[in-house]
Amino acid sequence: MTEIRMKVNGADESLDVEPWASLLDTLRERLGLTGTKKGCDQGACGACTVLADGVRINACLALAVQYDGSEITTIEGVDHPLQEAFIRHDGFQCGYCTPGQICSAIGMLAEHAAGMPSAVGATGLTEDEIRERMSGNLCRCGAYNGILDAIMELR
Amino acid sequence: MRPFAYVRPADVEAAVHAVATEPGAKFLGGGTNLVDLMREGIERPDTVVDVTGLPLDTVDDLPDGGLRIGALVRNSALAADPRVRAHYPMVPQALLAGASPQLRNMATVGGNLLQRTRCPYFYDTASACNKREPGAGCDALGGFNRGHAILGVSESCIAAHPSDMCVALAALDAVVEARSVRGTRRIPIEEFHRLPGDTPQVETALASDELVTAVELPAVPVAARSRYRKVRDRASYAFALVSVAAALEVRDGAVTGVRLALGGVAAKPWRARAAEEALLGGPAGEEAFRRAAEAELASANVRPGNAFKSRLAEATIVATLRELSTEGDAG
Repeated sequence: MTEIRMKVNGADESLDVEPWASLLDTLRERLGLTGTKKGCDQGACGACTVLADGVRINACLALAVQYDGSEITTIEGVDHPLQEAFIRHDGFQCGYCTPGQICSAIGMLAEHAAGMPSAVGATGLTEDEIRERMSGNLCRCGAYNGILDAIMELR
Repeated sequence: MRPFAYVRPADVEAAVHAVATEPGAKFLGGGTNLVDLMREGIERPDTVVDVTGLPLDTVDDLPDGGLRIGALVRNSALAADPRVRAHYPMVPQALLAGASPQLRNMATVGGNLLQRTRCPYFYDTASACNKREPGAGCDALGGFNRGHAILGVSESCIAAHPSDMCVALAALDAVVEARSVRGTRRIPIEEFHRLPGDTPQVETALASDELVTAVELPAVPVAARSRYRKVRDRASYAFALVSVAAALEVRDGAVTGVRLALGGVAAKPWRARAAEEALLGGPAGEEAFRRAAEAELASANVRPGNAFKSRLAEATIVATLRELSTEGDAG
């Protein structure tokens, strides 16, 4: 066991974790934060997206020990107008990918504001830009148009 | 996941010592490939040496005009570096064509160099794979091999290297710096990754106790006009079927400088030397581009599932060179 300290959604947490425990499992099973979803568990779907020190990552491929000292934000700690926008624009159907979509979108807006480039290279956050920058989050219900509209409203 | 001991060394010296004394140890960077492989039971280290806290995360200018990229620079940070964007545009284009934003925020340059094939038979421990278990056979040879290699293949293995970034590095003659208890050595990128031969389990020139500490990009003036073009089954977040990293300089209608490398077609990022040779000094034009592409793919060894890649690679080379030759003035 390795002792780690993290600030999760503003609360200081001190945990003994097995080095092979993923951040995703640690959040869900040790801290009871089941808002972050386990989709593929191999970095191919984005359902587990959380913010680590404000940067979006896949919690399934992150070992909790690697985030010792970090500040983690999960959907339970998010209070952002995107949440209302997702409801207004039907940005989900079953809802399983939604926590990851919202955390990812928050990270994406911050990346764009900081000048992070994308493969599209448009000026401003066009629809094409948002689709490319959100391509790490799959939605098997196909609510992409609603997700896009919700983010367009907040860009 | 199989249990392992976890160590977080304070400096590079401690990191290479930790691995030198533990034969079953592996370095851990961003984790985007190694954690996945450990979860699948393909990588089974006894000790994981987490190097992400080491001070190897800067991009520094070299006296000759090149850049030294620390092995722990994240893929997203490298793609945003203004010097890389100005002098080697194919590098950020390759990085931004790979994986997803979340993965690029995690993945390191050193880890990108060392990522392993996404051959589904390599990933499936119930399948025969000479890379995973030498001598076991290869289920990809007669199986679903749409994504597999067509150049430099052997009867032991037809797995393709998955990296986009490494294709650009191959075109640029990058040099990998590796450190061990024996000291530091520099490995040219073309010698870094290995073709399968009859030992597909040996993927790189790196010894098991060597840590990648940096990648050096030499000054390559022709690379200021360069492109990375990737062809895949969906528009984003997919591995390449074929990709091309190209730089081209044309003066008075003649090719005066060219760099060309291919991805998705071999077990290593494939420097297209035959095509470069065919192009250099000759006329720049559709016909010359096509002949050069054909020269490079002449040695293709295809299977029913990936026979399309030969033609696709030729067409992608031609399209990329055409794009470079028709936009703006050279030089």
